[in-house]
Amino acid sequence: MNADRRKFIKQTGWTLLGSGILVSVSSFFPAAGRAMQKGSAHELYGFIVNTNRCIGCGKCVEACKTENHVPEEFFRTWVERYIITADDTVYVDSPHGAVHGFKDTEVKEKIEKSFFVPKLCNHCTEANCVQVCPVGATYTTKEGVVLVDEKHCVGCGYCVQACPYGARYIHPERRTADKCTWCYHRVKKGLMPACVVVCPVEARLFGNLKDPESRVARILREERIGVLKPETGNSPKTFYVGLDKEVR
Amino acid sequence: MLEAVTQGFLYPNEVEVLWSLLIVLYPYITGLVAGAFIVSSLYHVFGREELKPVARFALVAAFSFLLFACTPLLFHLGHPERAFNIMFTPKFTSAMSGFGYIYTFYLIIVALEIWFVFRPDMVRLARESIGLKKLFYSVLSLGVFDVSEKALHLDHKITTFLAAIGIPSACVLHGYVGFLFGSLKSNPWWSTPLMPVVFLMSAIVSGIAVLIVSYAIIMKLRGKTVDSGCMQSLCGYLWGFFIVDVTLELLELISMGYEGEESWAAISQLIGGRLQFSYVVLQFIVCSTIPMVMLGIVSLWKLKESTRNMLGIISSVLLLIQVLAMRWNVVIGGQLFSKSLRGFTSYMPQFFGREGLLVALILFAMPFVTMYIINRILPYWEKE
Repeated sequence: MNADRRKFIKQTGWTLLGSGILVSVSSFFPAAGRAMQKGSAHELYGFIVNTNRCIGCGKCVEACKTENHVPEEFFRTWVERYIITADDTVYVDSPHGAVHGFKDTEVKEKIEKSFFVPKLCNHCTEANCVQVCPVGATYTTKEGVVLVDEKHCVGCGYCVQACPYGARYIHPERRTADKCTWCYHRVKKGLMPACVVVCPVEARLFGNLKDPESRVARILREERIGVLKPETGNSPKTFYVGLDKEVR
Repeated sequence: MLEAVTQGFLYPNEVEVLWSLLIVLYPYITGLVAGAFIVSSLYHVFGREELKPVARFALVAAFSFLLFACTPLLFHLGHPERAFNIMFTPKFTSAMSGFGYIYTFYLIIVALEIWFVFRPDMVRLARESIGLKKLFYSVLSLGVFDVSEKALHLDHKITTFLAAIGIPSACVLHGYVGFLFGSLKSNPWWSTPLMPVVFLMSAIVSGIAVLIVSYAIIMKLRGKTVDSGCMQSLCGYLWGFFIVDVTLELLELISMGYEGEESWAAISQLIGGRLQFSYVVLQFIVCSTIPMVMLGIVSLWKLKESTRNMLGIISSVLLLIQVLAMRWNVVIGGQLFSKSLRGFTSYMPQFFGREGLLVALILFAMPFVTMYIINRILPYWEKE
């Protein structure tokens, strides 16, 4: 082998190795906004919670439990009640996830404002849970729904720790990670998620963000909306109308 | 598990602490590996002759701890039968996915180093024994019986090379364990770039400490005296690494408090409340201050040998508790407050059960049983 050829092979080898390392290292870091573009051309689901409308009845929690056989002590969705008094003390509660609604408050001070905030998986665009799953059991569908493959999940709980919203838990019988799926099994049949269907005041809306005529897309365009913990960089696809600064 | 005592508001899925006592044990055992290996390498790579009496033991200890480093994880996993998914279908965006590879690589390095270090003993034992025993040692030596000076010289070169790769590997392995926690931005108690370094330093501290305690106990049992130079040197290294370790631990806390981010209100309550005993009293006041002073005295003053040994051993025991407390405070502490930063839960390990105290104790005892078995097969104290 002559020197030139040897040099060429050597350089090609190094270049390939270098690019390989570069590609694998870059895949380690989340790319802001990248996943917004992935997914199918026509469907990207989103969820809107209107906290101005929620009355804290807990029907959504009950429907979710029935529809998805959620274990008693865990929750795929829940409702929080915020009570803020005149001296800026914040009281938050969610008894049994508000599956039976709320009792009258025991707060004795003068209440300035009070409201309910339904919570569920945010199906983040840059989902931390998807990033940290060591075996790829947590993944994002082409429609932007974050799901868990319970046949592949090892049950390490890393995703539970990584979710800043407390939306995940280890299913006590299946011993794998579990969480809200936006009722993917219903949605794929053209139905709405169970919690959306039962909400008597339309505090929960679900739809296709890519369809400009959908209600969710219209609200996103027209209303002032917020997301939970935007500083985490997870880019949630569960949006909130009327989000108070005290809500975390 | 005992019912959790909650205070304030928690997201409803946070009441039960998910990562239990076994996840405290996992970085603890992994840490002992790193420290023991560093001591063995100080002799093999850096030629610290005074550490020769414990060099072979340190290597065997590192190997024994390493063999059991993963077992707490297996007991904790929801599906241990799927554990190898982490190597067969890894997702490289996950910090955890590299564990299988890093661990295996390091295990191979340590196993190879042990083989080269003990090769002359294997050959000798194969020659001296008969029957099945002879066959066993012959298989163990992989049929290589060349113990000429030239061969041994080559062995030594390879050992040095392996130890030299082993040091960064040990650092990667343990720094990596710290990264598992430090990279989780969802948890302000964990999320700090200092975490891998703190884990690494405390790992080295615990590893040296476990060697000092084991060395002292074993020598006592064997009716031999502890090598003075070796003990003095180990105490010196322990002091040095601990100074760096405790400085980083305090720095982490001071930075958090000084920056005073939104989470600080919850974290300061955690430190002053549920972690008061294990963090403030145990980790800092008792198990940091006392060894710091004692090891300082040992390192700077010329003491009577028995006094020096006693101070060294007490410090080491306290430091083993310090590092265990640190692991507890990180792993359990990080799960005691809600990510809503508005409430707290509690955790008390059960005694029986898959993730209970008994299992933890058995798993922690296994490396020591392994060291005993290895000593029966390849006596590592004989030659001193």
